[in-house]
Formats: sequence, C-alpha cells, structure tokens
Amino acid sequence: MKLRVYVTLKSGVLDPQGEAVRHALAALGFDGVNSVRQGKMIELDLAEQDATKAVSMAEDMCEKLLANTVIESYRIEPV
Amino acid sequence: MKAAVITFPGSNCDRDLALAFEGTGAQVRHVWHKDTALPAGIDIVGIPGGFSFGDYLRCGAIAARSPIARAVADFAGKGGHVLGVCNGFQVLVEMGLLPGALLRNANLKYICKPVGLRVETTDSAFTGGYRAGSTITIPIAHHDGNYNADAETVARLRGEGLVAFRYTDNPNGSVDDIAGVLSQNRRVLGMMPHPERAFGALHGGSDGRAMFDSLIGALTPA
Repeated sequence: MKLRVYVTLKSGVLDPQGEAVRHALAALGFDGVNSVRQGKMIELDLAEQDATKAVSMAEDMCEKLLANTVIESYRIEPV
Repeated sequence: MKAAVITFPGSNCDRDLALAFEGTGAQVRHVWHKDTALPAGIDIVGIPGGFSFGDYLRCGAIAARSPIARAVADFAGKGGHVLGVCNGFQVLVEMGLLPGALLRNANLKYICKPVGLRVETTDSAFTGGYRAGSTITIPIAHHDGNYNADAETVARLRGEGLVAFRYTDNPNGSVDDIAGVLSQNRRVLGMMPHPERAFGALHGGSDGRAMFDSLIGALTPA
C-alpha cells in the first residue's frame, strides 16, 4: 500500500527557509501570511497490504532514517 | 598514531584531513564507506567534510547509516577518538554520537571564509595544544552549519564544559555561538570549521595545526 510521510521541523525550531518564503510572499503582495513552515513529503509504496502493519513499518523508518527526531516531527497518511 | 579517514561518495576533504594527520607524523589508512570494519590498531577516526551522498534527505543522514558508521559507533563506544569536521560533524550528530543537529544557515547562504573561534576548553586530546580562551582563525565552508539543540542540552553542554569552540562572530545562527562540541567522554569532537585547512603558510594560516599536534601527543604511546 502507499503511504505519505510528512516531515517538518518541530514547532520550536526556527525554519530559515520558511521565513525566506514568507518574506517572498509578502514581496508579491500576499498580506497576512503569519508564518510559513517548509518540510518534505516522502511517498512510500510498500509491499505490505495490512494498513496497521504498513504504518507501523513507516513509523520505524521515520525513527531510524526519514526524520531526525532531534529537530523534526513526522506524520504518516495513507494515500 | 594511526588514523583512519573515512571516504563516502561525495566526501571532498578526505585527502586534506589525511594530509593534516600525516603532516604531524601519523600513519593514515583510508577507509571506504562500504567497509564493515576499521583497520586494526587505529587510534583515531577522521570523518571528513564534503557532501556525503549529495546531502540527500538531510546532511550526513545517509552516511550515518552506512556500513562503516556501525564500526565507527562501536569504536567510539569502546572509548575511541573520533574527529568529525563539517560534513563529518553532521554525520556524527546524525549517528547520535554527539547531541543536537545542524540546520540550514540562518541567512540561507553558503558561507566560505575564515572565522574567529574561541577555544573554550583545553580538556581533550583535540584541544590540549591550545590556550584556553585564546582566539584562533579557522576557515568555514558550509551551508548547513547552524547548530541547534534544545535549551536543556545547551545548558548541559555549557555546564559540563563540552563546548570545544565558539564563534567570536556567529556566522550561521548557531545556538550559543557553538562551533564545535565534545561527547560526554570528551573523545568525540564535531566541528563545522576546518582545522585541516589551516595547517600551514600555504593555507594562509596554521591555527588548525595545534589540533593535530595535540592529538599525536595525546594518542601516541610514550
């Protein structure tokens, strides 16, 4: 089954790239953008068909490689 | 002293680091990332700068899960000395051998210039050759050198004197001006500045040399 993993910086961690995007949006006239947080999305196509097992495998992948849990948090969603 | 220098695909300071070790009389063995063991009798492992695995996913993340990384973790676990410079520092935090993480520079720019560093502790084999509190000039060359750790970790690093170097004029947004940190047992050092690029007159400065001199002094059996 296919899963999407969203990896983003934890809320307390400053995101300089998100800040730069926010400034660029303001320069384009988009007012009222309070904050921008940039992250990454990783799509996994797993042989595992059982949703619970697939998500648990993806969690293990996040803890071991896909996210650096010192600074990042992750969220897993079925596609 | 015998040093092992690791090469990952994308490492580009491995020869520089090896030359610095050799310049102080150490024997150097080059080790490939797919190797599963370090050569016998190694006193120190050097993890060089560069862009291992193209900085894919996160800087140092893939290298930190490579076969040789396990051997380096075992070596460090047994009290071995490890020096990680620039990308090597990023690899060490990704391995969990050092606390914290390295984020994109606060100004989002790749910065390549000599910077001032204050030597914060001389209590390690790496920094024993410096004078505590002295300022040295060492080049940096990185895009992701913004050291980040939670307040509790920073307080612990401070309290236990594990900050090896601080920037005198913070170039990248690092918390508490931290440029290099030691592990709890003071045998693993990670730093963004490149001491191997300040080894002699041809480099335009030799303030990095004392690190390699003090290592060979500390790690060579009398």
